[in-house]
Amino acid sequence: MALLTRADGTPDWRRRTPKADLLVWAGWLGAVALTVACFQFISDRTIWAFVWDAPTQGADLVARMFPPRWSYASQLWKPLLDTINIATIGTALAILIGVPLAFLAAHNTTPSRLLVRPVVLFVIVASRSINSLIWALILVIILGPGMLAGILAIALRSIGFIAKLLYEAIEEIDSTQVEAVTATGASRPQVLGWAIVPQVMPAFAGISVFRWDINIREATVLGLVGAGGIGMQMQASINVLAWPQVTTIFVLILATVLVSEWLSARVRHAVI
Amino acid sequence: MSATTFDAAAAARAWRPPPLIATPWLRYAVYLGALAYALLAVSTIEVNWTRAAEGVERAGRFLGGFFPPDFITKRSDILEGLLESLTMTVVATGLGILLSIPVALGAARNLAPLPVYLFCRGIIAISRTFQEIIIAIVFVAMLGFGPLAGTLTLAFATIGFMAKLIAEDIEDIQASQAEAVRATGSSWFQLLAWGVLPQVRPRLIGLSAYRLDINFRESAVLGLVGAGGIGDTLNTSFDRYEFDTAAAVLIVIIVIVLACEYASGFIRRKVQ
Repeated sequence: MALLTRADGTPDWRRRTPKADLLVWAGWLGAVALTVACFQFISDRTIWAFVWDAPTQGADLVARMFPPRWSYASQLWKPLLDTINIATIGTALAILIGVPLAFLAAHNTTPSRLLVRPVVLFVIVASRSINSLIWALILVIILGPGMLAGILAIALRSIGFIAKLLYEAIEEIDSTQVEAVTATGASRPQVLGWAIVPQVMPAFAGISVFRWDINIREATVLGLVGAGGIGMQMQASINVLAWPQVTTIFVLILATVLVSEWLSARVRHAVI
Repeated sequence: MSATTFDAAAAARAWRPPPLIATPWLRYAVYLGALAYALLAVSTIEVNWTRAAEGVERAGRFLGGFFPPDFITKRSDILEGLLESLTMTVVATGLGILLSIPVALGAARNLAPLPVYLFCRGIIAISRTFQEIIIAIVFVAMLGFGPLAGTLTLAFATIGFMAKLIAEDIEDIQASQAEAVRATGSSWFQLLAWGVLPQVRPRLIGLSAYRLDINFRESAVLGLVGAGGIGDTLNTSFDRYEFDTAAAVLIVIIVIVLACEYASGFIRRKVQ
């Protein structure tokens, strides 16, 4: 609140001072101008004839996508199972590596704030900032196409996610419990096992299931770069323009994702 | 009683941290199930070990190709891709937030009637289920290659993300404040402006900053399916076996994601 004085001397209550008002207005102007400039840049790189054509193209695409070719589904169960396996094993691997990293990164459990913590934080950020598709792209070149590349790609991307959320949970624990256990003369591993781990267990379970749910979604598209799962069939179908098969794949993905989301929501509700 | 003798009865009575799953049979069933699944799932991974062994040597050469990263030769390509990614991020975030606000209002049960609520929840579910890449494939098929397809993809994904979280926040507002505003005889829009918006504003700003960060990260992979951005540059450099340029692109992505993350973290701490 800002208090101004009118010309006749009576107080005039305003939400902001005129200067602040002007700043807010300038901020909005700047944001809008930036967006318009950015859109101009994109527009220069767009062939607008194709865009005006989009409704026809879209209608055409939909016409070709329906009806879905349900008979194709019989060939999809194995890739779908592969997709779920990629997500699950990848998540498990990420948990195995991410949990120790989280304890090394949290400022109240790290062995060294000067040496270990910055290194681990960098590993976490590097893992998080590279999308699993890019990890898969790199791993397919090294390991060849297949599930292994997919599993490792999922794991590499998830390590940072799990470690970040878990170390934040570790930093937020109730320190009085740690003090109480320390006061009994417990060693560092005992403090970890009896005071810290029980406090972060629910967060850990929630984070793991949440990431598993995300990984199911990500695993469905890893096949686009050859890393196994149902995405391989999707890529093959798109390449031969078999849109009815693509629709079948979309429907299966939709169903799988809905089930995994429901499952993960149930588990998170039960735990938290 | 001497302290040295082992008291089995006391040991059995000793306190243990409560297990995560309280029901014993359910706990062991979950453990056994997980173990059985792990064995089965791992056995389905077909690893071509000779290929993987070759891969080690290949990985050496491949990683050798990464060093030193080459920012110079393809500088204009990298800059172009980067600029494209950044503009896509800005426009998509702006457009996405603009569109997500009406959807969020419709998806809040305390503001919208049931049919509107179901419709808006449907939009959110569709937007959240499909990976950005899948949406991008459809948009590229409709609009042609280029950053516009990527921008619309990101905007679409932003709607689901923002609308869901904002709708949940609107449902959690203090009803008494909204009631007080309504009691003054305000219209629906006045209710939004004075009763609802002030309560959700911090979260709206925080989520927008977070989404800006996510959109940049995602814009880096959309290029894999031809939807523009720095992913295009990355994909091209992989296709041409210019791994030194690819390494440079990856470093650029990591640095910008780091910068975005610090910036969005700073903004979120400021408003919350």
